[in-house]
This record gives sequence, C-alpha cells and structure tokens, in this order.
Amino acid sequence: MRILFLLVALTAVAAPTLPQGAIEESALETLPGKKPLIKRTYRPPNYESPVEYFDQVFTPNDKFFVRYHLSDIPKLNLKIWRLTVGGEAAGKPVTFTAAQLKHDFKQVEVAALAFCSGNRRGLFNPHVPGVQWANGAMGNARWKGVRLRDVLERAGIKKEALEVVFDGADGPVNDKTPDFKKSIPLAKALDDNTIIAFEMNGKPLHQSQGFPARIVVPGWTATYWVKHVVSIEIVSKSFDGFWMKTAYRIPKGKFPAVEGHWPGQETDTSVPITEIAVSSLITNIREDQHLRSGHAFQIKGLAWDGGHGISKVEFSSDGGKTWQLATLGLDYGKYSWRQFTSRFTPAQPGSFTIMTRATNSVGATQGNELVANPAGYHNNVIHSLIVTAD
Amino acid sequence: MATIATSLAFLSALSLAPSHADESTFRLKNANGRDLVATKCITCHSLDYIPMNSKFLDRKGWDAEVRKMIKAMGAPINPDEAATIVEYLSKNYGRDNPPD
Repeated sequence: MRILFLLVALTAVAAPTLPQGAIEESALETLPGKKPLIKRTYRPPNYESPVEYFDQVFTPNDKFFVRYHLSDIPKLNLKIWRLTVGGEAAGKPVTFTAAQLKHDFKQVEVAALAFCSGNRRGLFNPHVPGVQWANGAMGNARWKGVRLRDVLERAGIKKEALEVVFDGADGPVNDKTPDFKKSIPLAKALDDNTIIAFEMNGKPLHQSQGFPARIVVPGWTATYWVKHVVSIEIVSKSFDGFWMKTAYRIPKGKFPAVEGHWPGQETDTSVPITEIAVSSLITNIREDQHLRSGHAFQIKGLAWDGGHGISKVEFSSDGGKTWQLATLGLDYGKYSWRQFTSRFTPAQPGSFTIMTRATNSVGATQGNELVANPAGYHNNVIHSLIVTAD
Repeated sequence: MATIATSLAFLSALSLAPSHADESTFRLKNANGRDLVATKCITCHSLDYIPMNSKFLDRKGWDAEVRKMIKAMGAPINPDEAATIVEYLSKNYGRDNPPD
C-alpha cells in the first residue's frame, strides 16, 4: 500500500503558478480606504484580492480588486460631475447630474460578479504577457443604480442605433495613448440588468471602483464595466477604438460556449471577449496544506458563469477519476457567483489532488486543457490543488 | 477581525507582509540600457510591469512588447532606443534558456 501512496504522490501534477518574476514582485499593499491587496503593478494601479477574501458571498468593498489601464485617474467631485448622453444615434442629447439621474429614474439593484477578462492569466502555461493575475481579479457585489435603458430612452434611441460607447474620466498620461473607451451592442445596453451604478454593497462606489458612477454589464467581463463614467454615446457604427478592435479579443471559434454574435466587431480571426466562462475556485484551502487523515474537512468554494446560472459543482479528491456533487449555497441571482461546500475526508495519509468542476444551466463546463490565446483570457481550466493528509 | 487575522496569518505564511511601499523604491537590474529603459517606460507606467512579466519572454517576445508600446500606445521611442531597450529587457528579464 505504501507504494500505491507514493504513486499517487508522484502522479499528482502541481498546479500552475505565476511567473517567478511576478511571484517575487507580489506584495501586500494597502491603498487608501482598502484592506491589504496583492499588488501586481503600482501605476496604473492593479491589485488583486487574496483568495481568503472570498469567504463571503458579497466581496466587501474594501477587499475588492482594483484594475486600471491608464494612469491619469482624477478624483471626481459629485457636485460637479455630469453624465452626457449623446452620440449621432441619439435623438436628443442630454446631460444629467447625479441627483437628476437618481430622481428621474427607477433605482434598481443587481447582484453580479465583476470578473476581469485577464483573471488567471498569470496561471497560463506557457505564460503570456500582461498583468499577471492569479485568481483574485474578481469580486461579487450588489450594484445599485439606474437602468442604462431608461437613460438611453430619455436621450432618444434612433432606429439606426447599433452600439453604445462608454468613456470614463480616467485617461492616458501620453495623449498618443488610446483613451479607454468601450462599446456594447444596443441589445446588451437595453438589457434590464445593465445599469449605471452609484452604489456597491449599499455604499457609494469607492474611488477605486469608479466613483461616482460606473457601468455594470452583468454576465460580461469587467472590461465593459467602465468606471468614472462621464460620457455615453449611442452610435450607428461599430466603435473602432483600440480597446475594442485590438485589445480584449479572443480567437474566433476557440471558445464556442461564450463566443457571442457581434458581427460589427468580428474579424475573420477574432471576436471581442464578452461573456464570462463557467468556472469554480476552492477558497478555503491552499496548495500543500496539511489535513488530518480520517477527519472530515469542509471544502468551500465559489462557482460562476456569464449569467446562465450554475446547475452543479462537482468535487474530486483523486485527481478527477471520481467526482461527487457539491452542495450549492443560496442563489443570489444568475449573475452572482454561487457558494458551494463539499465534505472531504482523507481516508489515509498521503497526497491528494483535489479539484472542482462547475457546470452551468446550458451544459457548459470546465475542461482539463487550457485553450491557448495570445492575451491569456478565459482560463477556466479545472482548478486543482495538492493537499497532504498526515 | 477573526477573518482578517486568519487572512493575514495565511498571507504571512507566503512571506507577504502588508506594507506601504510605493513605486519609488523599485529598482531595475543594473546593466547597460537601464537608464534608458527607466526613463522611457516610467512616463506611463511603473517599472514593476517589467519583472512581473519575467522570465518567460524571449527576445522576440520583448520586441513585440516594445513595438506595442510604440505603435499602439504612442511611446516616444526611436528605433535605436528600441533596440537598446529590447536588448536590456531580453538579457535581464528574458527567458534564460529559450527552447529550439
């Protein structure tokens, strides 16, 4: 039997790790008003949540990850902040104050996962360049604001309207660098759940979350969730800025489960990243953790997708040979991540490869093989950890 | 507080202690070309972008990154400077043993 245990240990494949340089550069840093986060880059500020922060269904605002593309980030004054809604496909361009928006339109709240397109890029093998995120460039929150649709309708949506373009107040320090502007198709802009959010988990947005207002596009990766939003344009042509046409692209045909249909933004070879891929993460156990054999341990974790809803999560403690159903936690809506638990009792001392696999309501699930793509998106490979039972 | 204490205990196990360091404390490896790299890159972003992306890019990979900064991001870097920068990055932050 000892030989068997040894074999198990030898066949266990180590989980992918960040590049060595990224590991060495990792540091816990405390931004103003935040709990310590793992620093990836200082400027623009890119900080991810330690996985231990994911022990709650709603990620506290001060534990939420921070992601910026450009370094000129103003602190906006709510009293003088204005949102202009115009564009050539708007019938009657209009400018709002925050008070007007909150007064004129019904306020709604949606629970949704903010998921950075590049989350887990750092765990790609082979590594690809970019911000080397591990698992923490995501967070789940209750976002409150007004429906984008209601605001667009006030500005008049002409029949030729095709996309809606968002611009935030943050910008480049070099005027030759493309400003961070993003567009979404009109249909997504008119979705009931797409909102202009002022609040997060019952509090005004933190500066690092886009104070005073950000776009929330539930189900889609956070690249579209433009922060510090000051301008919304309804346009009749596909927006061709750098951050749409060149960045945030996935190879066509490689991610059928989450490849949308967006003809105006497609080329022969690539499409914009849109929907979040189904995935899961164990949150209360770490690589190389020691457990006691013969004692039950409660595995905790999270599962999510792009808004179809999680239908099941499975747990394996033998490297994926056999699976058992995990118990799903409360359902906070299809755009929220879902907590799960599973009991694990190591029967004997030795090494165990534990894994989770989520499946959504349309049957999409996680695989074993990473789908290579140059920008390192959609790393939803089955999450596995090696633990030792003593 | 229990949660925070647990988290911090766990994080310190990874030899990460909370700090308030900032980018001014960061130094690139001292080698030919360092000052040029620092001067050019630091205008738009902190220099920790460089070690974070190491060591897995070969010369071609670093060349592509520098080109992206010039062509897409508008970095004011002339061809001679670009060559020096790529040389510095691939020597100091490039993959040690590129496969055939």
